[in-house]
Amino acid sequence: MGTDYIVEKLKDQFKTGILEVIEKNRKRIVITISPASLPDISSYLYKDAGFRFIIASAIHTKRGFEIHYHFSLDSAGLILNLHVILDRNNPEVESLSNMFNASNWIEREMHELFGINFLNHPNQDKLISEGNWAEGVYPYRKEFKSISEEKE
Amino acid sequence: MSRKTLIPIGPYHPLQEEPELFKLYCDGEIVRDIQWVTGYNHRSIEKLSESKTYEQVFFLVERICGICSTSHPFAFANAVEEIAGIEPTDRAKYIRSIIGELERIHSHLLWVGLAGHFLGYNTVFMWAWKYREPVLDLFEMITGNRNSYAMFRVGGVRRDIETDKIVAIRKILTDVKTKTDLLTGAVMDDPVIHSRLKGVGILTKQDVLDYGAVGPTARASGVAIDVRKDDPYAAYPLVDWKVITAQEGDVFAKAEVRLLEMYESISIIEQCLKGLEKEKEGDILVKVNEIPEGIGNGRAEAPRGEVFHFVMSDGSNSPARHKIRAPSYVNIATFKKSCVGQTIADATITLAGVDPCYCCTERMAVVYDVHSGEKIMNARELIDKSIRRSQDIMEELKKSK
Repeated sequence: MGTDYIVEKLKDQFKTGILEVIEKNRKRIVITISPASLPDISSYLYKDAGFRFIIASAIHTKRGFEIHYHFSLDSAGLILNLHVILDRNNPEVESLSNMFNASNWIEREMHELFGINFLNHPNQDKLISEGNWAEGVYPYRKEFKSISEEKE
Repeated sequence: MSRKTLIPIGPYHPLQEEPELFKLYCDGEIVRDIQWVTGYNHRSIEKLSESKTYEQVFFLVERICGICSTSHPFAFANAVEEIAGIEPTDRAKYIRSIIGELERIHSHLLWVGLAGHFLGYNTVFMWAWKYREPVLDLFEMITGNRNSYAMFRVGGVRRDIETDKIVAIRKILTDVKTKTDLLTGAVMDDPVIHSRLKGVGILTKQDVLDYGAVGPTARASGVAIDVRKDDPYAAYPLVDWKVITAQEGDVFAKAEVRLLEMYESISIIEQCLKGLEKEKEGDILVKVNEIPEGIGNGRAEAPRGEVFHFVMSDGSNSPARHKIRAPSYVNIATFKKSCVGQTIADATITLAGVDPCYCCTERMAVVYDVHSGEKIMNARELIDKSIRRSQDIMEELKKSK
């Protein structure tokens, strides 16, 4: 399954969900999608096209909260980033953990560090700061200042 | 509901980056469930990286892991070079691959030693670590450091490998190869190791895909993924080598994959050295003016599997966002599949089976009853339990002869 085929197939099957496709080269594609279409497109990639979920990266930007879901098609050396932009005030998106376990921990981590809510996640408990971090303080958001930064 | 005993392994259990705690819920000798607790020593490297310049980040990510300290700079370099559209020179590529493969050899030797220790084969432990020393000496000769080599930077490497050093590298490699033969023979032909490791901690192909496991953990279950082959970087497309896989998915298969991979690594280094001799006097660094705006997905095959770095640049001199995924992050999660149903003695080696960077062999572990809180076992006894099991098998084998 080649890069072109995947892109064409996605465009064809998920017309309304796909907002933008940036093909940097044959091995790196970023597809911006609407958050609502994330479960369906992920399901297609994982179950039908044979992609492996690598990890997801959350970013706090001026546009709100953005997540890049990194998928890898190892047979083609392709990394496909599914890029979603979430609302600044109420960041939430459907969890992928019910589809594959690989996203379980990273979604917990993003919930903990960025305060993004993952709907229908099996267990959104804190992953890395259990018991030693205040509730509702999200250290990876841009407004968060560490002690050394506050002193400056 | 039946009474379950809670067996914690940790929390001073430095797997990969941080001290971690495994809670094994046992019914008699059998592990029924496993839980993972971490965050005791979260260093927030991703956040810290945003306050450093690209040059400084190399030193930072090198300190994520002491054992595979070159795999993170490797992946980070790949990510940043992807943003900037830089292609290092062939000479730099060869040097990068040599460092990467030497690291794989010493990391796999370390694992073989520790696995031997857990099974009660302290001779294997001492051999493996003894043969690992010359590899570290090589690092000292090439880079000036036995660990945390500080070799990488955007656009190339910091130090060259001169012709006179190539001779010394060849000599030590030949030595390492004969010792690897010795170790491989000792492990693969030993009936006790066969009965201790075969069929233990099996991870199926489906589990690997479900959890997204990588590296030898995936390859031992018949999933032939290796970033060096699938998404070639550095000098890997320039040399000839093959991906080692096994089908069984048990701890023995994982050991087999690692041992055989060392031969591939040695072969890759030999070919890279030839390449270095051909590419004489080449530059080792491409001049980089600035890193433009954009995103980069960099990955590298660490001894434990795929390391993934996502870098977002806003055109300034430091990353706007830097996401790091170490291979153990996905591999440790597979314990939920591989450990459940095993005995406690086998769980010890299954936990070690994915090579989760055991820095400290003498761990603090106390076994206590969930209900009474009574102490039952300490760390020493836990390892002894595993060692005793090997001895029992040895006795049985002797009797049956």
